[in-house]
Amino acid sequence: MSMKVQLKIAGMLAAVMLIAVLAITHGPKVAAAGGGKITGTVKLDGAAPHMKGIDMSKDPYCAKYHASDPAKLELVVVGKDNGLQNVVLYISQGWNGAAPKSAVPVFDQKGCMYSPHVLAMNVGEDYKVTNSDQTAHNIHPEPNPMTGNIPWNRSQPPGSQPIVQNWKAEEVAIPVKCNIHPWMHGYFVPVKGPYAITDDSGNYSIENVPAGNYTVTAWQETYGTQTQKVTVAAGGTGTANFTYKAK
Amino acid sequence: MRTRTLKLWLISSAATVVFFATAVHAQQTEYSENQRLNMESHVDGMTGHATTGQPIYKRFCVGCHGPLGDGQGENAQWIDPKPRNFTIAIFRCRSTPTGTLPTDTDLYDTVGRGMLNSNMPHWLPLTSQDRVDLVAYVKHFSPRWLTEKPGTPIVIPPEPEVTADRIKEGRVQFQKLECWKCHGVTGQGNGPSADTLVDDENRPIKPFNFHDSQNFKCGSSDQTMYKDFMTGLDGSPMPSFSDNLKPEDAWDLVFYLRTLQPDNTKEKQIAKQLGLTPINPLEPLPSSDSGQAPSSDQGTNPSSQPPSNPPSAPAQPAQPATPPSTSQPQSNNSGNE
Repeated sequence: MSMKVQLKIAGMLAAVMLIAVLAITHGPKVAAAGGGKITGTVKLDGAAPHMKGIDMSKDPYCAKYHASDPAKLELVVVGKDNGLQNVVLYISQGWNGAAPKSAVPVFDQKGCMYSPHVLAMNVGEDYKVTNSDQTAHNIHPEPNPMTGNIPWNRSQPPGSQPIVQNWKAEEVAIPVKCNIHPWMHGYFVPVKGPYAITDDSGNYSIENVPAGNYTVTAWQETYGTQTQKVTVAAGGTGTANFTYKAK
Repeated sequence: MRTRTLKLWLISSAATVVFFATAVHAQQTEYSENQRLNMESHVDGMTGHATTGQPIYKRFCVGCHGPLGDGQGENAQWIDPKPRNFTIAIFRCRSTPTGTLPTDTDLYDTVGRGMLNSNMPHWLPLTSQDRVDLVAYVKHFSPRWLTEKPGTPIVIPPEPEVTADRIKEGRVQFQKLECWKCHGVTGQGNGPSADTLVDDENRPIKPFNFHDSQNFKCGSSDQTMYKDFMTGLDGSPMPSFSDNLKPEDAWDLVFYLRTLQPDNTKEKQIAKQLGLTPINPLEPLPSSDSGQAPSSDQGTNPSSQPPSNPPSAPAQPAQPATPPSTSQPQSNNSGNE
């Protein structure tokens, strides 16, 4: 082999390695354009598990709120045609754009329950916690402090101003609780990029998705995560339906 | 000969690329032990060094807090409350807002004071320099100290004169913030939510019983008490009340809480003269108090709304039909503290 050829090979190899490293550290760039979307339905395969009723007798305000419509746990909420509610869907791979703008997500305490039970938001995006109840709550999210998200605990008596916060890092998901009312459990789900939550029929639609190849992840608090690859054409609609097996 | 140079060059360039790739990766995840051992602490003009604190820690602290600082020392299984886990850097006793790191002085004070009603003794026999060094070593266990700064300490205004009016106003705050939900209407730690309280590791935990002691976990001064409910005790069920308690009202609450404690303080004498009784959550709060700024953020509720609405009022309309708005002026009671 001549010296020149060897040099050429060496140079090419170095270039290839450099490109590989750049690709790993910088990731693929997605062209930002086009108002496509990803839609689908999340269903439960099998009988919906029984959700226990909640005894709220230790706080008469809460008990009275639910006097005619007793509250139940919300670990698995099944609606029409076995649609699964409160499932978060987000783009876990393929999204590199800025976080899409949206209205400030609101997490309300109503009837001593969280409404919604699961709140998704973008990393760094402000969300609001409100108290519609005539009883005091404390809002106590418990993220993993090693992610960069730090746990906090604030009291919110009746008539309080909303609490406005944001999360520093993606974390699926952050449990949030009220120590005063031990049945109150919900989740904050900060993600990077567009997201959606299923409605009471299990339907969802992730809006404003540019053309590209994506991985969509579904997260349900009891059944965990599932992923699917989806391709969205410019202005088109990609479909990803998910099914969780009842346990 | 030339081929060898070339091979060397190839190998070294590949090694360089790999090195940079892993360096970038490492930077994104963990800090090395060595990096963290450079940790310093600064208290009252003294500087502490983690490397100097290390042998002191290994002699006095390792039995409970463990060699990794995760609170899993060999004695930990016999201890309740459990030793603090330093790797997540979440501390009860802080002068900084909830969700932030404490100051070096906060940690230094805890080492010197110990924790009431726990196995953590005070370490005053150690020199102050030893304790500052220990603080640096305690901090070295968590990478959070390399990526975050401590919170800004809350401002505690000068303590005003204790008056009967202030104590009465503090009693209103105790009801309004619903401190009694956990601490009980008499402050004996027996509120309706007391039995189900758990700490952040899901271990049962009791609310403070004011009748038990004049001292608290984080100290015994009036300023400590002020700090406790304004910053919250992170890692425990006790939240921060700073969003809903103005500085002047906070002092009123301090004075009222002192009336529940055993020592015969000035507060207690005034309470006796007033014939002060424990709060009654079913009694409406006085409507004249000025301590409440109703939210205006979404839907406003005219302030004509009577500030009552006791939880068991029988004439209340079915709630789900008319959900109360967030902006309603305060109504019933309590909170925890």
